[in-house]
Amino acid sequence: MAEQTEEKKDTSESKRVHVYPLIRHSDMNDEMKTEAMELCVTACEKFSSNNENAARMIKDTMDKKFGASWHAIVGEGFGFEITHEVKNLLYMFFGGNCAICVWKCS
Amino acid sequence: MPPKSLAKGKQAQAKPKATRPGKQKDGDDMTDAGDGTDGDGDWGNMTKTLVKPDDQLDLSEQELKEEFTRILTANNPHAPQNIVRYSFKEKQYKQTSSVDQLAIHFALDGNMIHKDSDEAQRQRAKLGIPEAQSDHAVSEAGEAASGAQGGEAEEGKDEGKDEQREEASTPAPTQTEGSSGGKKLTNQFNYSERASQTYNNPYRERGTATEPPPRAVFSSNVTQWEIYDAYQEDFEKQEKNKEKKVIPGRKEEDKTRKRLTITETSGDDISRISKAAKIIERMVNQNSYDDIAQDFRYWEDPADEYRESEGTLLPLWRFTYEKAKKLAVTSLCWNPKYKDLFAVSFGSYDFMKQAGGMILFYSLKNPSFPEYIYETDSGIMCLDVHPEHPYMVAVGFYDGSVGVFNVEKKDGPLHRCTAKNGKHTDPVWQVRWQKDDLENNHNFYSISSDGRIVHWTIIKNELTFQDVIKLNMPEAPAEGPDGTKIATIGCGTAFDFHKKNDYMFVVGTEEGKIHTCSKAYSSQFLDSMDAHNMAVYKVRWNPYHPDIYITCSADWTVKIWERTNKSASDKNDSTDTSAKKPLFTFDLNNSVGDVAWAPYSSTVFAAVTADGKVFAYDLNVNKYEPLCEQMVAQKKKTKLTHLEFNPQYPIVIVGDDRGTVTSCKLSPNLRKQPKEKKGVAAPDPAVREQQEIAKLDKILLMVRDPTDQKST
Repeated sequence: MAEQTEEKKDTSESKRVHVYPLIRHSDMNDEMKTEAMELCVTACEKFSSNNENAARMIKDTMDKKFGASWHAIVGEGFGFEITHEVKNLLYMFFGGNCAICVWKCS
Repeated sequence: MPPKSLAKGKQAQAKPKATRPGKQKDGDDMTDAGDGTDGDGDWGNMTKTLVKPDDQLDLSEQELKEEFTRILTANNPHAPQNIVRYSFKEKQYKQTSSVDQLAIHFALDGNMIHKDSDEAQRQRAKLGIPEAQSDHAVSEAGEAASGAQGGEAEEGKDEGKDEQREEASTPAPTQTEGSSGGKKLTNQFNYSERASQTYNNPYRERGTATEPPPRAVFSSNVTQWEIYDAYQEDFEKQEKNKEKKVIPGRKEEDKTRKRLTITETSGDDISRISKAAKIIERMVNQNSYDDIAQDFRYWEDPADEYRESEGTLLPLWRFTYEKAKKLAVTSLCWNPKYKDLFAVSFGSYDFMKQAGGMILFYSLKNPSFPEYIYETDSGIMCLDVHPEHPYMVAVGFYDGSVGVFNVEKKDGPLHRCTAKNGKHTDPVWQVRWQKDDLENNHNFYSISSDGRIVHWTIIKNELTFQDVIKLNMPEAPAEGPDGTKIATIGCGTAFDFHKKNDYMFVVGTEEGKIHTCSKAYSSQFLDSMDAHNMAVYKVRWNPYHPDIYITCSADWTVKIWERTNKSASDKNDSTDTSAKKPLFTFDLNNSVGDVAWAPYSSTVFAAVTADGKVFAYDLNVNKYEPLCEQMVAQKKKTKLTHLEFNPQYPIVIVGDDRGTVTSCKLSPNLRKQPKEKKGVAAPDPAVREQQEIAKLDKILLMVRDPTDQKST
């Protein structure tokens, strides 16, 4: 499996490596979504080598902007099942290898 | 204490207590001194009651007489007798003679003070108790004071005491109180003013819980290959979108569709309340026009019972609309489906004062404001509502065009012909829907002053036209100034299709001629005659009798005609067809704008004149005079232009040249119908029609030309 994907990657990398932010799932309103997305991009670019700091920055900023109890996951491989407040979830990919999940649950 | 101990000492000295052997054993022990005092009392009692203690020794007389000599001294037997101290004076040890004989075995500090003592005096002065108080009060006070001093045990005293105490401490206390119930005294340590002892409301708890914000569960897995796949998918989508963008128009279409939906939704906001608003509006109208509504339903002119050949019209609602006030009513038409709804077209009959036109739809349920309003750039001269599709309305304009409106669509006409496709060159005076043709296309006819009768068909959202007939004058073509010959053309003003044979129709012209025509022959009339001296304004077939029609004209007359059954060849034989005589002629003393048969009777018709009057006739009752001649217009100069019977209710609507439509109720005499025999069910429509025809025929028989009768 791993080998296969590796092969695939090799073939596709010859085409292009995508790094743009890609929203996988979100039920936020448009305004909030764009703001959260930009924040995630900024955080991941700022702490490109330290996912923990990036997550902390996302969480703190979201707390400030949209009220308390935000949670953020930044990582390259993880599984999760979360309970979130409706209209307060953003799950996106960024940079080609990084997944970010931000949600609010107080 | 000192005095008491003093007394005790005396007692001990006075009474030698040698009788108790138990005591004798430790008799020299001073600790027994207290007990001795108690025993003293007992001894006294014993001698009297002769009660012996169980353990008393029985002594013989001799033994009793035996004397023991013992002397009580004040010396302490435990005190050392041989204390020596060094004397610095004599520089040697010397025995001290003075030995301390005092031994204290128990001490208790009392808290009572004598009332005469200095301390008591001071205390009293401090508490403000006057010196002159009675012994009782003083002792009480003293007790209180001592109690208070003595302390904590008194804390539980009730409020009553406090109260009493307060009274006692006031400068002028009443002695009787103290003596009566015993003074209750304050608790100095836990005391509160009476005024502050208010009732405290009990506390209660109440709680509410808000609903927590809605939540949802979301789960996913992140792996590198999933991220990769997602990007790949998204990229493909983007590529596709780019391809789509290449095709122009589609995007725009989407946009317009979006815009449409937006306007629809925003329109919904207003239209949501429109129904409720309409109901309220009608309710308000129902209230404000309640008396009229009652009249409409129930009023029957009671005077009709006492007169045979007279009737009246009761004016009901008056329909006006601010913007239509300067326009004339040019035609009226009841809606075939909703019997309370009618359409009114507005235009101007004045050649010099042409302005815009208007179509209004009024309901009897709301006389104050039209249900639908359409404004047009050109005056509307006529309109007709489709009998089967009541939302379709055909109109004819002053500028010669015809149009079709859909009531369901608020914005302008569905179709309107232009100069390119068959538009008339003169005002259109009448339009009339026909049954849908074989291909189910809606179609209608129009007549105009330009002498053409045009058949319009709506085919695939397009209005196509076909000239049916040209009203050529039989006279020789007029000669123009330059010698060219122009065929004179009659100016059509009105037409009506036969109720049964819908290929046949009669046409009235401005020259006063009546032509009977057929859709089948476009070149020639079936019949033609000079009916009136001036313009014919309206032609209508009788609703029951197939051969009778009525005309009205500007020459003040209304005439009733019978269609001749002669064939064309016969017509040629007859010496002068144009000299044909009408069955009836009625002179109304003014230009007659409109005439209409009543829908319920073959012999009743009504006409309106330019001097504001409505005439109603029933040939069955009176063949020469109207049953009713009534002024309906509000002002003298107002001309009545049109009138129409309601197909169901006994009312007529009358339009005038000031934009007003008046509804009038016909009195019972104006709507007489053949009496129904009691117990017999109402005759079915076919029978009734026959009855109506017979009724009219009977009257006609009397007026028909005898020679004419022979020939038929």
